[in-house]
Amino acid sequence: MSEIQTSDTGGKKKKGGSKQKKISVFVDFTPMVDMNMLLITFFMLCTSLSKPQTMEINMPSNDKKITDADKSAVKASQATTLLLTGGDSIFYYNGQPDYKNYSSLKQTSYAANGLREFLLKKNAAAVSLIEDLKQKRLQLKISQADFSKQASAIKNGKNTPVVIIKATDRATYKNLIDALDEMQICSIGVYVIDTITKGDKYLIKNRETKGAFAQRGSK
Amino acid sequence: MSKVKVARKSTRIDMTAMSDVTVLLLTFFMLTSTFVKKEPVQVVTPASVSEIKIPDINILSILIDPKGKVFLSLDKQSDMVETLTSVGKEYGITFTPGEIQKFKIQKTFGVPMKSMKAFLALSSDEQDKTLKDLGIPTDKTDNQFKIWIKNARSTNKDLRIAIKADQNTPYKVIKDVMSSLQDLRENRYNLITSLKKVSAK
Repeated sequence: MSEIQTSDTGGKKKKGGSKQKKISVFVDFTPMVDMNMLLITFFMLCTSLSKPQTMEINMPSNDKKITDADKSAVKASQATTLLLTGGDSIFYYNGQPDYKNYSSLKQTSYAANGLREFLLKKNAAAVSLIEDLKQKRLQLKISQADFSKQASAIKNGKNTPVVIIKATDRATYKNLIDALDEMQICSIGVYVIDTITKGDKYLIKNRETKGAFAQRGSK
Repeated sequence: MSKVKVARKSTRIDMTAMSDVTVLLLTFFMLTSTFVKKEPVQVVTPASVSEIKIPDINILSILIDPKGKVFLSLDKQSDMVETLTSVGKEYGITFTPGEIQKFKIQKTFGVPMKSMKAFLALSSDEQDKTLKDLGIPTDKTDNQFKIWIKNARSTNKDLRIAIKADQNTPYKVIKDVMSSLQDLRENRYNLITSLKKVSAK
């Protein structure tokens, strides 16, 4: 391939009966390959192919000026509070916490049959709607813009649950991301990351000691 | 006995095809990949199902290591210089052009302001060694992190904040960073994660 053969077989020389001279121009590509291999190695070692994924998040403002009237109150029946604790366990309660009864605080895990199952059940209506929408999108019946518009309309619908995520200091960053991930998987539109209160800490302690903590406190 | 004639063949291999392939590969790598940023600490980001890609420019990334040390990086060198001078002004420190030049070439920075001058005087090898033990203070009494963010924001209005934290970072550190951001009314930011495939059911 890299050889160019030129033969000086001019008409005139033929007559003269001189010897045919074949010049072969052969370009050796081996050093070129060597250099390219070096460059490829360099690029493979020093660069990364994938861009990092991100998760977008909107936090409520810390502004103290916001009055209570501006805050949208969450209906207790729709709210679920997740308390992320150490050791990859989650406690949750629906609506208002019951400080007297320790068993009102339920324990679950990040496994597929834990938190996700619970949230999918709670958000069943919206999840099935989103599934339908995804099917439609796959069959190219609707455009991407329509899809995201309708999806957000379903997610922020009237009777969808609201999840409040509160993490204790023992929780890790991974726990927080996992919890936020579940919100996406379970199509939960409204969720808030909140700071943990004394009441929540009390609830967790009470649950971990099976009510003994509350009794000690009341004595 | 008949002699087996061994045909004399040239051992020359035509490398043209090989060269073609390597050039193609090289082009692919050059076009698709991005250079790895030098980071003072190793950070393993948690996985998530989110598939949003991070934008290329105007990123202020906050790097948090498992021990809770906080580092910052800006992608534009001009922003870095302006931020350094304005932060220096708040602490009453002026930097010489030489120090600014040294600061400019850093990929990630995170040094308490009072030791900034001493740090910039070090050689770049020594800087790499010491940087991982430093970090920007985020505690309530001396929240330099907040001042850095505030000044970075005032130099570039289009900055997007991205938090890259290790998966084993205690939530307490994240909480401090997040509440500092909230105090500055930075309510939209990105959390950098790696990709995980999960089915809904």
